[in-house]
Formats: sequence, C-alpha cells, structure tokens
Amino acid sequence: MSTMTGGAVLQWPESLYRTFHRKPGGGQESTHYCPGCGHGVLHKLIAEAMDDLAIRERTVFISPVGCSVFGYYYFDCGNVQVAHGRAPAVATGIKRALPHSVVISYQGDGDLAAIGTSNILHAANRGEPITVFFVNNAIYGMTGGQMAPTTLDGQRTTTSPRGRDTMDTGSPLRVSELLSTLDAPVYIERVALTDAKHIMTARRAVRKALKAQVEGKGFSLVEVLSPCPINWKMDPAESKAWITDHLMPAFPLGVYKDVLAEREPQTRLAPQLALDKVAELFAAEPSVERTGEPTWDGVADRYREPQVKIAGFGGQGVLFLGSLLANVALRRNYHVTWLPAYGPESRGGTANCNVVISAEPVASPMVTEPSVLMALNAPSLERFEPTVTPGGVIVYNSTLISKTPTRQDVEVVAVPATAIADELGETRAANLVLLGAYLAHTGMFSAAEVEATMDQVLKSHGMLELNRQAVARGFAATT
Amino acid sequence: MAVELVKGNDALLRGAVLAGCRTFYGYPITPSSEIAESAAALLPQLGGTFVQSECEVGAIQMVYGAASAGERVMTASSSPGISLKLEGVSYLVGSELPAVIIDIMRGGPGLGNIAPAQGDYFQVVKGGGHGDYRLIVLAPNSPQEMCDLAMLAFELADRYRNPVVVLSDGFTGQMMEAVEFPVPVTSIPPKDWAVRATPETSGNLINSIRLMPEDLEEHVTALFEKYASIEAAEVRYEEVQTADAELVVVGYGIVSRLLRAALARVRDQGLRVGMLRPITLWPYPSQRLAELAETASGFLVAELSTGQMVEDVRLAVNGRRPVAFHGRYGGAVPSVDELVKAIEAAYPAEGRSA
Repeated sequence: MSTMTGGAVLQWPESLYRTFHRKPGGGQESTHYCPGCGHGVLHKLIAEAMDDLAIRERTVFISPVGCSVFGYYYFDCGNVQVAHGRAPAVATGIKRALPHSVVISYQGDGDLAAIGTSNILHAANRGEPITVFFVNNAIYGMTGGQMAPTTLDGQRTTTSPRGRDTMDTGSPLRVSELLSTLDAPVYIERVALTDAKHIMTARRAVRKALKAQVEGKGFSLVEVLSPCPINWKMDPAESKAWITDHLMPAFPLGVYKDVLAEREPQTRLAPQLALDKVAELFAAEPSVERTGEPTWDGVADRYREPQVKIAGFGGQGVLFLGSLLANVALRRNYHVTWLPAYGPESRGGTANCNVVISAEPVASPMVTEPSVLMALNAPSLERFEPTVTPGGVIVYNSTLISKTPTRQDVEVVAVPATAIADELGETRAANLVLLGAYLAHTGMFSAAEVEATMDQVLKSHGMLELNRQAVARGFAATT
Repeated sequence: MAVELVKGNDALLRGAVLAGCRTFYGYPITPSSEIAESAAALLPQLGGTFVQSECEVGAIQMVYGAASAGERVMTASSSPGISLKLEGVSYLVGSELPAVIIDIMRGGPGLGNIAPAQGDYFQVVKGGGHGDYRLIVLAPNSPQEMCDLAMLAFELADRYRNPVVVLSDGFTGQMMEAVEFPVPVTSIPPKDWAVRATPETSGNLINSIRLMPEDLEEHVTALFEKYASIEAAEVRYEEVQTADAELVVVGYGIVSRLLRAALARVRDQGLRVGMLRPITLWPYPSQRLAELAETASGFLVAELSTGQMVEDVRLAVNGRRPVAFHGRYGGAVPSVDELVKAIEAAYPAEGRSA
C-alpha cells in the first residue's frame, strides 16, 4: 500500500480512512504492512467495491488475528476485532442480529485454515450470508514466518526449517476446493495478486462476492494468493514470480463454485421483542388457579407434609404422576417441589422422582427417606422399600409386583393398577390409578380436585375422560 | 391467581425471554441441554435466533458477534463446555461486551459425570480465561430465582458492559417449583457503542487489543474501577436466623436448600445456627461475612466440591474465627442428616454452654 502514501493514488476509496487515526505511535499516513505485501492491494479492492456498491455505512468489517489484525485502522465502517480463527462464528452472530448488514470476514491462512477450520467449515455449511476474504500466502506472517496449513511441500519456514515434509505435516490444504463440495455456498473463487491482469480478475471476484451478500444470495468466499516477501525472504518482484511458479500450480486459480444465478435471495428479519407473541406463548403454558388454604384440615397427622418417592419403568408415567400430584397440591396453595432422577439414572428403563408437599416453603427437594413410596414395578419396590420412614406408606402396583413388601412398620396399600388400567383400555393409565389409591388412602385430596387440576394443566384434553376414570377407579380400589 | 409449576432450566430460558433476549447460541451438553432445547422451541416463534453451533468455542464467539451488534444474547453449557468458552469470555471482557452465560455445573475434572456439582467456582468466579478480569456471577437456588436472576443477568450485563454468569447445578435446573413470571422488559436501553451497521455507528469499533502497554494498563485500570463500582452496588445475599447465631453456615445454590433443611433440625435441638447464602458469588458478600465474624463464633461452609468458595469465606473472616468445611463431590450430594452432623461438629464449644 506504499502507493497510498505518495499522493499518487488516482482515486482514494471513500471506504478507507484518509488518515489512520487508530494507528498508534505515529506514521498514520501509511499502513503497517511490509513493502510488497498483498494486504494493501486487497484492502483497496474491497474498499472500492464497498464504494461502488454504496454499502460502506452498513458494512461490518471483522479483523482477525494475523497481519490483518489491524484491519480496523483502515476500513471506514463498523469494525469488530476478534479472536484467532473465530471470525466466521462472530460474523454469524453479527449477521443474524443485523440481517441488513454486509459482513466481511477477512482471514489469513493460519486463522482460517488451521485454528479456525471448524468455524469456517460450519459457517459455510450453514450458508451464512457473509463474505469471506481468505488471504493465502502459505505462511504465518504476523508471528514471523511459521508453517501454515497452506505451506508448500518442501517450503522452508521457521517451523519447517528443513522444508515442509508432507509425509509428516500433511499436504497444503486447498480451502476453495474443500468448501466448494458443500451445498450451501453460492460463490467461491481463487484469485492471485500478481500482475495487473490477475488483480483485475481479483477486483471482479471481490465485487461479485460482496454483491452476492448485498443480494442476499448466501455464503461467498474469495481465496487470494498473496505475496509475503519478508517472510518468503524475497523482494516484491521475486515474490510475485514465486506465486506464479509455485503457488498457482498447488492452488489453481478459477471459479470453484458459482450458483448465484440459481439461488433465490434469503430474507431474514432482525430479532424483535414481539411482546404480544411472548404474552400469547406464556399464557399457553399450563397453570393452576390457586384455591383454598394449605391447612391439612381433615388429613391425619401421619399423612401431612409428605415426602413422596415415585418409581417405575420408563414409560409408566412416573414423572407425570409426580408432576400431577405436585400440581394438585399447588392448586390447593401448598408449597411443592418436584425433582426427577436425571441422566444415566433415568435411562436403562427406570425412572423415579421426588415430590415434597408442605404448608411451609420447602427447603430440600431431595427425598432420601420418603414417607410415601409409590412403586409401579418390582425393581422400584425392591430398591426403595428399605428407605421408607417408619410409619410411612407404600402404595404399589400389585399387578406387576408379586412379592409383597416385607416391612411391618409401614402401611401397605396393594392396588392392581395395571389390571384396572387394562380394563379401561389404556395400560399406561396405571399411574393415575395408583395416584387415586394413594389420595383415597390418605384423604389428602379428592378425586374432584385431581380432575380440576388435570383440566387446567393437561395440554391435550383428549384423554381427560379416561384419566378421570383411572383416578376414580384408584379411589374406589382402596375402599 | 394462576401459578405454574416450572422446571428450573425452563424458568431460566423464559426469564431470559422476559428480559428481552431473543438470541441463543449453544452446543448440547448434559445437564444444560434443556435450556438449548427450550430456546430452539421458543425463540424462533418470537422471530428470534437459535443456532446450534459447531462447538462451544464457536458458540461463545457467535455470542461475541451478537453482543457486538447490541443484541441481548445468551449461551448455556455445563462445566466442560464452560472450560472451552473461557477464551471467548476473556475477549468479551476485553471488548466490554455484555453477554449472559449459563453454567449448569456437573461433576469433574475431565469428563467427570453429569450429576450436580459446584466444582466450577474457581474457573467461573476466579477467572479461567486469560488476563485480569471479573465476571458478575449469580447463583440461583430455585426455579423462581432461575427466572429472576436470568432477568437480572441481562440487566447487569448491559449496565456494566461485562459478561454475567448464572452459575447453577443439575438439581436446580431439573427441579420444578411454582414460578410467578414477572412482566417482560418492554424496551432495551440503546447501546450507542454497538456496531449496528448504521451511519451513526459506522465509526464504532469493538476491540480487545491495546498494543501499547500504557494503553492496556489504562484499559485494565478502567475495568477495575468499573469492578469497584460493581462491588459497591451489586452484592446480593440472603440471611437466615443470623441475629443470634453462634455458627453461621454458608452455601450457595442447591446446597443452600439442603442447609436450610438442616438448619430447621438443629434449631429444634436448640443450636443457634444461621445461614448466609451468597446470591452474587462475585461480587462476594465479604463485608457481611466480616461483620458476622464479630458476632458469631464460627463458620461452616458446605459445597459440592473439595472446597472452592470456602477460600472466599476464609478471606472475609480473615482468621478471626474458625471456618470449617464440609464438601461432597464427584456428583455426590450430602444428605440433610449428614449436614446436621457437620453442623453439630462445627458448633462452637462456647456456644453449647451458652
């Protein structure tokens, strides 16, 4: 970009700052790039395209880590500087927040093709409608000439001092070829900054890639073979010849993907508060109308303040049974907690949950010594019977549990829950039969209260009559 | 009045929605995945954004992008995923970007397990990312607080332009309790500093580089002046029966619920025990603990770790009183009985005779 400093520039792009006011320590008329570097040329091509497309004020330029880390010194637009390799992820966040923006992710080969490989691959695969300029100079510039994923076979760098051994370090990564195998990208081209002819091709590619975004077509990427004379240890003229003689054979120029003509523009809207919709969605969630006082009136002392453990096979409606019981109690203004066993404990075919009901705020939601055990299958009874507190209640599904509880210091209620549910034509309603039996035995809540609760919390009312019958049969089973 | 029985993880996401968050980037991990699932279900219906990212690192950087653009944005994960996000968190701090990060802690180190734990205190409260920084850390102990503190998190993040973490655990995320949802935020204060792709904001820069040492020192000094103002204004805690307490127990999150149950039992035995529950883990209620060290004879800290927060209690008490510790870890959770015994063991001898 040395041409910019001499006043010999024919036309200064509006999209580049005139004076680089963010550049510290003086020299604000010139860039921080080395003589013969390709970044300045590419910056100018991008800025000219921004001017021509009249997008400067809605462009967000993302500066990566690498030599172009200070891209924000130069581009007169919104600027965001980011972590190494993450520009496509950051671009995703910006573009989805600001669909009207033009987001430029400007990245070098270490940034894009090494540390940030997953981010560029997935942004491209999602078809994020952003524009990526990928500067491939086959070396790490900013950090002083280390091997890049694009370093050529045999090329000497500070970390491949005997020349890159592709048997040891892999072959140069061809990003344009790789990404063009994906469905989503709309335009991918590789160009080179060597002579005027190639720079004119690059100029057209830059414009096309930005225009693709302006038109909402999707993800576009231009890979730019770019000279790094300092780290290649060449003069600028030699470095251009080296691109032609060595880089181009390894990274052939050309259009790798162009489906611009066949892609329809995407329309995405900026996120809105949509408060009406929020109110609607929240109102649709099941809730209960609180009624009555949590007095335990009419409930025997030993059944008050229950700590309930409910257990059975997965699919027996253990968690639902617990949440229904909790909701019945909540409707009556009791304090309740419901806590499921989760993760591996909930897999492998068993499920259990804890319900605590109290007239006072509940401290611990964990039930380690239940005063009530509702067991829907044999393993559950076996596992939790020993944990029930003396004087507690065990309600169990006697259809599936042939072995009766052995504890003599607890109340035992046997209910042929599955058999009753089968009579009703729905074996899965056994849980509600068991609930009915528990409530009838303890006098905690009436069948009508369960019904009223189900009416309020069940999203689908298709099963309501069946559920009502199951609860009623449970109530009848203990009398 | 209508009331809902709501899971902690759901309450949290709905709190975020009420706070005006319409943007979620995240990666699945147990036991936080339900938050992502709720976000995937809810946010697109509101015209918002949900993206399941390629990785945790990608998720936090998408958050960085959305925050740069001025969105109220969140991500949620669980301990190993939070480890991966911490690089991005450091960048968020450096660039002074508001964001809300949810950590539903699980057992570690390594893959550990998915049971509830509190082993992330060090990495979240003390740092974990590079450089000098602080995160505001909120520790809910109920589904209601999952909602309320999620809302507060967005407000504090915007007010201080700093990431806020809601640090919770599998139990608080999975449990259901009655939740009353507050009214939604109806407008979000404008962010003049954001890059909004508009003429007014085209001169804005989001950046964490300060190349010159004097510039970076000045920047970090300004951050810590901001942190001093947060410490002065935002300490939150709950106190239970501390007025006459000989022993003060300290625990956060689900542990505070278990301690509360133990407290009721030891009070019945005549032991004068109170509890201080930090709601903000940073800024920490150090000053209040120092005051309690004047009146109480001892402290007991309980955590689902080998002892992380206990260091902050010891710093606050500063050697004036004994600080005992009871920890379970690896996904194990203490029973109330066990905590009662720990309280009895820690109860000061002079308190017994009093």
